[in-house]
Amino acid sequence: MTGSLVTRFLRYQGEVALLMVETAKALVLGKVRWRLVGQQVVSIGFGSQLVVIVTGAFTGAVFAAQSYFKFSEFGMDSAVGAVVSISMCRELGPVLTGLMVAGRVGASMAAEIGTMKVTEQVDALRAMGVHPIDYLVVPRTIAIMVSMPLLVAEAIGFGMVASHITVVYGFKVPGSWYMQHVVEHTELIDISIGMIKGFVFSILIVMISCHQGLVASNGAVGVGKGTTAAVVVSSLALLVFNFFLTLILNYMSPLGPSG
Amino acid sequence: MTMSVLISNSMNKEQLPEKPCADRLQGKNFFEVRDLQKSIGDQEILRGVNLNIRKGETMVVIGRSGEGKSVFLKHLIGLMTPSAGSILVEGKELVGLKERQMRDIRRKVGILFQDGALFDSMTVAENVAFPLIELGIKDREILLQRVGEALEKVELVPHMAKMPINISGGMRKRVSLARAIIAEPQCILYDEPTSGLDPVVSESIDRLIRRMQKDLCVTSLVVTHDMNSVFRIADRVAYLREGKIYFLGTPQELRDSKDRYVRSFVEGRPVEKEDA
Repeated sequence: MTGSLVTRFLRYQGEVALLMVETAKALVLGKVRWRLVGQQVVSIGFGSQLVVIVTGAFTGAVFAAQSYFKFSEFGMDSAVGAVVSISMCRELGPVLTGLMVAGRVGASMAAEIGTMKVTEQVDALRAMGVHPIDYLVVPRTIAIMVSMPLLVAEAIGFGMVASHITVVYGFKVPGSWYMQHVVEHTELIDISIGMIKGFVFSILIVMISCHQGLVASNGAVGVGKGTTAAVVVSSLALLVFNFFLTLILNYMSPLGPSG
Repeated sequence: MTMSVLISNSMNKEQLPEKPCADRLQGKNFFEVRDLQKSIGDQEILRGVNLNIRKGETMVVIGRSGEGKSVFLKHLIGLMTPSAGSILVEGKELVGLKERQMRDIRRKVGILFQDGALFDSMTVAENVAFPLIELGIKDREILLQRVGEALEKVELVPHMAKMPINISGGMRKRVSLARAIIAEPQCILYDEPTSGLDPVVSESIDRLIRRMQKDLCVTSLVVTHDMNSVFRIADRVAYLREGKIYFLGTPQELRDSKDRYVRSFVEGRPVEKEDA
C-alpha cells in the first residue's frame, strides 16, 4: 500500500514535470494563440479582481487591528505600519492571493479542460492536428503568469490602504508617523519578493490544474474529482513551495539586522 | 455582403467538381493496418487486426457493441496508441510518431465522433469554421462562405448561430460532420454517423458519404451498426469479431455469406449452433 502510494506520488510528480516541459517547448516551438491569451487574461486577471481586492483589503485591515491591539500595550502604535507592510508584501499578499486564485481559477481550469477531455473535445482538437497543450495549456499559462504578479501587487496595495484606514482613522494613530514607518521599512525588494512568489505560484496552479483536467476520465464524477484535486493539490503545493521560497528569497534579500 | 447572401450564393453554385478517382483505380492503399493489438488493463480489445483501406473506397466496419470498432478507428489517426502492430498512412508509419509529428497526417483526415465532440464554448458556425481557422484562413467572407456550404450539405444553415447545447443530438452529429468535411480531407472517419438520427436524415447522411466519395474520391471508413446504411454506402465491409477481422468482402458477399456469425449479425438474431 505504502509502495503504491509512493509510486503514485512519484508518477504524479513526473506527469506534472512532463507537462511543464511540454508547455515550455510549446511556448518556444508551438503557435501562440494571442486571442485566447487575451481571453484568459480577462478571465483570470480581471475576473479575480473582487476576490483579490476583498482578500487583500480585509487581511490588511484585520492584521493591522490585531497588531495594533498588542503593540499599543508597549506604546509602539506607529510600528504597526512596518509590520503590516512587510507581512503583506512578503507573505500574506502572495500566499492569500495564490490560495484564492487556486480556488477560483484552478478549479475552473480543471473543470473546463476535464469536461473537454471526457466529451472527446480534446480528441477532436488532436484529430484536427491541434496540439491540446498549444491550444489549452499555453494560453492559460501565459495569462496566469502575467496576471498573478499584478494580482499580488494589487492585494498588497489594497491591504496597505485598508490597514492605513483601520489604524489611522479607526484607532487614531497619527497618519504621518504611520506612513513614515511604512516607507522606512518597506523597500522595492519586498514588493518584488511578493510578485516573484506570485509568479512561481502561478506556474504551480496552472500546471497542477491543467494536468488534472487533461487526465480526467470517468465522466462527471472524474471531472468533479479532478476539480477538487486541482484546488487541494495546488493549495498544498503553494504552501510548501512558499516555505522554501521564503528561505531562498530571504537568503538573497535578508530581513532583520543582517540585512 | 451579408451572411444570408453568401450562403444563398454558395447554395446555387455547383459545390463539388466531378473528377475521376485515379488512385482508386490503381488500388493504392490509404491505410495499411498490420497485426494491430490493443489491451486496456487486462482486457484485450484488438487481437491482431489486419486490414487495408484503399484510396477512394468506402470501407464499413461492423461488429457488435464493445468489439472495439471505435477503438480501431481512433488508432488510425493516433488518438490511441496500440500495444503492438503497425499502421501505415499513405505508406508512412504512424505508430511511434510523437503528437506534433502526426499533425500532417491528421490534417489529411477528418473524423466524425460518435457524440459529435463539438466545442461547447463555440457556436455551430465557429465549430465548423475551426479547422479552416487552424489552417490559417482568416478572411471572414471566405470563412462564412465555406461554413455556409458545409452546413448546407447537412441541412443546418438556419442553426449556425446556436450553441451546441441548444441543438439536438442528431443535429450535433451533423454539425460534427460539417466540421469533418469543411477542410476537404482526403479521408473521413465516421464513428456511428447515423445512430440517433431519423431515417430521412440517416439516408441524407449516407447520400452525402457516397457523394463525397464519388465527387472528391474521399476515402471513407465508417463504423456502424446500421445494416441499411451498410448496404447503401459500402464498397467493402469488414466484420470485427473477437478483436480480429472475421469477414471482409463486398456488401453482396456479406449478404450471401453462409457463416453463422455473419448471418446472425446481418439478420440481427442470436447465433444458432445448427447453422455451423
